[in-house]
Amino acid sequence: MTTLTAPGTLPTGPGSAPDVLDVSDTRPVPMTRLIRVELRKMRDTRAGTWLLSLVGVVAVLVTAGFFILGDKDDRTFLNLLSMAGIPLGFALPVLGILLICSEWGQRTALVTFTLTPHRERVLGAKVVAALLFAVGGILVAAIPAAILASVGGAAQPWDGVTAAVLARVLLAFVLGVVWGLAFGAALLNSALAIVAYFLVPTLISIVGGIWSGAGDTLQWFDLNQSSSVLYDSAAVTGGEWARLATGVLVWVVVPAVIGTWRVLRSEVK
Amino acid sequence: MITFENVSKRYGGFTAVDDVSFVARSGRVTGFLGPNGAGKSTSMRIMAGLTLPDRGVATIGGHKYADIPNPGRHVGILLDASAQHAGRTGREVLTLSAVTMGLPSSRVDEMLETVGLTPSEAKRRVKNYSLGMRQRLGIANALIGKPSVLILDEPANGLDPAGIHWMRGLLRDFAADGGTVLLSSHLLHEVEMIADDMVLIGRGRIVAQGTKQELLRTAGTFVRADDPRLLAKVLDDAGIAATPSGDGGLRTEVEPVAIGRAAAAAGVVLVELRPAEGAGLEEMFLQLTASDARENVTIEGAAA
Repeated sequence: MTTLTAPGTLPTGPGSAPDVLDVSDTRPVPMTRLIRVELRKMRDTRAGTWLLSLVGVVAVLVTAGFFILGDKDDRTFLNLLSMAGIPLGFALPVLGILLICSEWGQRTALVTFTLTPHRERVLGAKVVAALLFAVGGILVAAIPAAILASVGGAAQPWDGVTAAVLARVLLAFVLGVVWGLAFGAALLNSALAIVAYFLVPTLISIVGGIWSGAGDTLQWFDLNQSSSVLYDSAAVTGGEWARLATGVLVWVVVPAVIGTWRVLRSEVK
Repeated sequence: MITFENVSKRYGGFTAVDDVSFVARSGRVTGFLGPNGAGKSTSMRIMAGLTLPDRGVATIGGHKYADIPNPGRHVGILLDASAQHAGRTGREVLTLSAVTMGLPSSRVDEMLETVGLTPSEAKRRVKNYSLGMRQRLGIANALIGKPSVLILDEPANGLDPAGIHWMRGLLRDFAADGGTVLLSSHLLHEVEMIADDMVLIGRGRIVAQGTKQELLRTAGTFVRADDPRLLAKVLDDAGIAATPSGDGGLRTEVEPVAIGRAAAAAGVVLVELRPAEGAGLEEMFLQLTASDARENVTIEGAAA
C-alpha cells in the first residue's frame, strides 16, 4: 500500500536540518560598520547628493563673493570662515533631519531595524555620522578660507584665531547638527522637522523683538541668538554661556529625549 | 524553525493577534494564509522584533530575534517590498544591506542575478520599479546574507505568473536545503502551490493549521457511482453521512478509503472517488474567513 503513495506527498521532514539556529560563530555588527552605512545613506540618494553639492557650491560662491566684493582688510580667516559657515549652518541640520526622518518617510526603517534590532545602535551611528559630516563641513569651509585669507592681503588675516575661537566654531556646527537630529527624531517627519527647525526659534526671536517686555525672558530660550556668540572672536561671558545652556536644554535636550524615546519605542510599519 | 507561543498583540481595543501559536518547521515551506487585516503582518513584525507582543514569545531557531547577532546572516526578511527609499538604486539598496552584514560587494551582483534584475535595471532608482521588480529586489535583500530562515510577507504580490513560478522554485530549493520558509498570502492559490504546511489565520486567531495534505483531506471526499441510489443506501447503512453534490455524486466528510471499503463490500461500482471537487482549500478558506467577514459586517452594521 505504502508503495502506491506518490512521491512528494510524504512530508520531507526536518531530517538533518537543525531546529536550533547556531549563532555561536556569528559576530555582532561592529559600530564602525553601522557608521559607514549611515555615512553612505546620507549621499546615496538624489536628495542627499543634491543637498551636499548645493551646499558646497553655495559655500564657495559666498566665500568668493565676500572675497571679491568685501573690503581688503575684512578678508581675515575668521570672516571668511563665518561666511562659508552660513550655508553649512543651514545644511548640516537638514542633513541630520533627513538622516533620521527618511527612514520613517521612506519606511526604510523596516529594513534598517530588522538588520539591526538594537535601535540605539542605529541611532548612535546616525549621530556619529552626522557629526563626522559636521567636522568634514568645517574642514571644507576652513581650507578655502585659509587659502583666501593668506592671499587676500588683509593687514592681519589671522586676527583673533585662537584654539578657543576655533573650538567655539566647531561647537556651533556640532550644535546645529545635534539640534537637527533632535528635531528630526522628535517629529519623525522630514518636512515637519525642517519647517519646525527653521521656524520655531525664529518665531521666538520675532516675538522677543515685538514684545519687548518678554524680551529679557525670551532671550533665555532664543537659541539662534544665544548661539550666535559662538562665532564672535570676543570671549563668551558666563551669562552668555548660561543663556546658551538654557536654549540648548529647551531646543536640543528636550526634543532629543523625546526623539530617542520615539525612535527606540515607536512601531515601524 | 520559527516558533510562536501564545502570542497576543492589542492596539487599543482592537486585538490584532490573539493567542497565536504555531511552528514553521525547517526543511519546509509554511504558508501563512488569511484575509487582509487578519494579523499576518503584525505576526511577522513580531517575529522580526519590530513589534513587541503584549503576551507570548516568538523565537527563531530557539532565539529571540533581537538576540541573534548580525541577524541578516541567519534570517532573511521581506516585510514590505515598497518600503525602500525611492531615490536609491536597486543596487544601492542591496549594497547597504551587504555592507551592514559585512558581505563582499560580489554578493550584490550574485543576488541581482539570482532574482533576475539586469545590470541596467539595478542602476535605476527604486521609484521607477514596478511592484514585481520591487518584490524581486526585496527577495534579493532577504537572501543576500545566506540565511537559513526566510520570512516573506506577501512576496508574490505583483509578480507575474512567470515570477510566481520562479519564486516557487526558489523557495522549494531553499526548503530542500534545510531552510525554513514562512510566507504569507491572502490568496489561497499562491499558498496552495508553494507551501508544505499551512497556518490559516482570521481576525487574529489561528483557525486551522497542518500539512497541506491534512488540510485538504479534512475538506471531504467526492464519490460517484454508476448507481447513485444504491451508493446512497450503502453509505447510509454504513453510517456515513453524505450530501448530494452535483452530477449524481455525493460528498462526505470521511476518508476515501472508508467509502471504498463500504462500496466494495456492497459491490457498488464507483466511477469517481477523490477529494471533494472544488473544495480543495478554497472552500475551507472561504468558510473560515467568510464567517469572520460576515460577523465583522454585522457588528459594524449594528454599530452604525
